[in-house]
Amino acid sequence: MNVHAHFVAQLHGARPIADPAASDALVDVEDMTVTFRSRERVVHAVNGVSFSLRRGEVLGILGESGSGKSVTLRALMRLLPDHAQVGGKVVVAGHDVARLDESRLEDVRGRAISMIFQEPMTALDPVFTIGEQIAETVRRHEGCDRRTAEARALDLLDMVQIPSARRRLKAYPHEMSGGMRQRAMIALALSCRPSVLLADEPTTALDVTVQIQVLLLLRKLQKELGMAVIFVTHDVGAAIEVSDRLAVMYAGRFVETGTAIDMIETPRHPYTNGLLDSMLSGDKRGQRLETIPGAPPSLGQAPAGCSFAPRCRFAATSCTLALPEPTAFSPTHTARCFRMDTKAERFAMLADA
Amino acid sequence: MKPSADLPSTKSPAAEPRDRGGPAQPLLIVEGLRKHFPLKGLPFTRRPVVQAVDGVSFAVKKGETLGIVGESGCGKSTTARLLMHLIEPDAGTIVFDGDPVGGLRGISVRDLRRQMQMVFQDSYSSLNPRAQIADIIAFGQIAHGRDATEARERAHDLLARVGLAPHLFARRYPHELSGGQRQRVNIARALAMDPRLVLLDEAVSALDKSVEAQVLNLLQDLKQDLNLTYIFISHDLNVVRYMSDRVVVMYLGRIVEIGEVEALYRQPRHPYTRALLSAVPTLDPRRRTEAPPLTGDPPNPINPPSGCRFRTRCPFAEGVCADRTPILAAIGEGVDHAVACHMDTAGSGHSKAPAAPVSSLEAAE
Ligand SMILES: Nc1ncnc2c1ncn2[C@@H]1O[C@H](COP(=O)(O)OP(=O)(O)OP(=O)(O)O)[C@@H](O)[C@H]1O
Ligand SMILES: Nc1ncnc2c1ncn2[C@@H]1O[C@H](COP(=O)(O)OP(=O)(O)O)[C@@H](O)[C@H]1O
Ligand code: SF4
Ligand code: SF4
Ligand SMILES: [Mg+2]
Ligand SMILES: [Mg+2]
Repeated sequence: MNVHAHFVAQLHGARPIADPAASDALVDVEDMTVTFRSRERVVHAVNGVSFSLRRGEVLGILGESGSGKSVTLRALMRLLPDHAQVGGKVVVAGHDVARLDESRLEDVRGRAISMIFQEPMTALDPVFTIGEQIAETVRRHEGCDRRTAEARALDLLDMVQIPSARRRLKAYPHEMSGGMRQRAMIALALSCRPSVLLADEPTTALDVTVQIQVLLLLRKLQKELGMAVIFVTHDVGAAIEVSDRLAVMYAGRFVETGTAIDMIETPRHPYTNGLLDSMLSGDKRGQRLETIPGAPPSLGQAPAGCSFAPRCRFAATSCTLALPEPTAFSPTHTARCFRMDTKAERFAMLADA
Repeated sequence: MKPSADLPSTKSPAAEPRDRGGPAQPLLIVEGLRKHFPLKGLPFTRRPVVQAVDGVSFAVKKGETLGIVGESGCGKSTTARLLMHLIEPDAGTIVFDGDPVGGLRGISVRDLRRQMQMVFQDSYSSLNPRAQIADIIAFGQIAHGRDATEARERAHDLLARVGLAPHLFARRYPHELSGGQRQRVNIARALAMDPRLVLLDEAVSALDKSVEAQVLNLLQDLKQDLNLTYIFISHDLNVVRYMSDRVVVMYLGRIVEIGEVEALYRQPRHPYTRALLSAVPTLDPRRRTEAPPLTGDPPNPINPPSGCRFRTRCPFAEGVCADRTPILAAIGEGVDHAVACHMDTAGSGHSKAPAAPVSSLEAAE
């Protein structure tokens, strides 16, 4: 416990890395686009995403495979390959990410923003012990001596609730179970006290009894450290357990955003409706599952109108002509759909027609 | 989608020409199945073994779906591979529709594989990347002696049956399909031999939710129309609840609980089943999970705990749990719900166990 207090106190101290002149949004993204262009093909992976995130907020991004979740996160860290073109504004902790030079970028990664992944081995180096890796990261970014760095590594393993932390410092990643490796990766990501943590499906590969432990750990650390977190997942339940706000992503756009309660209790976008209806919860035995017909678009061209139109049973001609702008249903709740009515009203109209 | 004409579509159980034991005879009976995998150890030490499956017994009734749940490494896939005879069991017997598999008077493994087929999770690696879809589906049939033209025709019918228009898909290669489409091909291939029992091992686990729903609907239709019996293995508790009639819960190579699906989900008896079910993330943002039901990871199956394997994580563990292995036993007479826990065993010595019946006390004296 006092380990945490100590760590939190450190975190609230001076943080040279955040630009004090910046607005209070830690992440500010406006009309971000990401296009991959290679000789063979073009992929419009992200097509105009805007959001901002303040200190202490958790945004969950929900979407199916290929909807652009990981590309969005990578763009925030400028971790995309050279053939990716990024458009729009991306500001993280006061830094215009597109303009940072390489050395400044290295500094921002880790100290202002860092990321955890589904597969911890992408972040961990198999030939060094967990303790060595964390201590080395701390030393590189903060220039402190070895002893201090090692002490910090121990604090961090305690903080992510790794049992017998002192012994685990000397363990290699392959000597740990999946859940322990995931905790070690979180410790590594937090080692330079980032103000923004990006989490890309960090619990998807874990067993259910371990997953809930890691989800609750993330929630707890986020609160204690006051971090802004973006949590990407395709699992509605996991998103609800950790997020304050949710964004549903489809074909590279946020089609609906709102609080978790907005989205679950009064979903507005037909895609969100479809996603929630196809979910299995409680006793649906014997009932046919609602499905969304067809498959997501190929993203070879930037879509002109609503990307969901080919699969949407409420689509009208107008839907394919222009892009629906976000409509606000409440100060927290928006959806990009020309049909402002609720699901029940839409179905009533279908029945009348 | 209409089933095509030459596929059996409206069989009733009685019309199944291959039925041998009658409706009351379980389609599959598994007794004492065991598989330990030896590992490389240090020289002059005892070779460590992974106790992947350690004494598993259950029956699958005709026409039902038996779900198997448990965390990774608990032995679900090993059980499936043992049933298919893809690996040899160390011990145990398998009886298919009354016929023991293997022995002198029983049916051969080859016959078993005609009647029992398997669909795996990884839809990509299980399809030959250089073969066209129709050939992939026809291949197994030809290997089992069916005429090539006939096998090809049947492949087209099956493609239509799983929702892939043959004129669009028959000549495609696996990499030209989405994950959901590839899984449909795997299902079509499994059905090509007219199996009676289909083993689905994490068959929808790699799919997106909206695609998963499509494939689950397809599986339900096929089961109805083709009069199939399923063993449905998954780590996803919601999917297993939706699909299954009865459910087996495994932990570290053993069955801890088995029962009718709603009884088991509504009133789980075994402490592990209870923890597992309450670890599922909530869908209600107003009631988020407050505390994880278990701490730590499942222990290593190389050196599983003595006695009850769950005792290292069980909040109710007592001395007896380390000393003796709890037996899987019905929780009441004639009840189709069995649990392996000393708390449910009369006279086990656990402080929460019911007292031993008088007769057995007398017997002990
Ligand atoms: N390096 C790349 N080059 C070309 N296309 C890419 C590249 N990385 C991603 N894409 C494409 O961009 C789109 C969005 O991919 P992204 O990885 O963000 O999806 P995702 O939402 O994270 O999906 P998943 O749930 O499968 O992880 C996809 O069509 C993908 O194929
Ligand atoms: N061929 C093998 N050699 C050694 N160990 C194995 C082998 N196959 C499976 N195991 C081990 O057996 C245990 C059960 O595995 P498995 O049946 O695949 O679990 P599940 O399907 O429930 O995740 C695991 O510890 C696994 O690592
Ligand atoms: S804009 Fe039109 S096509 Fe798009 S989701 Fe709304 S109703 Fe459907
Ligand atoms: S036998 Fe003992 S340790 Fe095992 S589940 Fe029952 S009470 Fe817990
Ligand atoms: Mg991704
Ligand atoms: Mg498995």
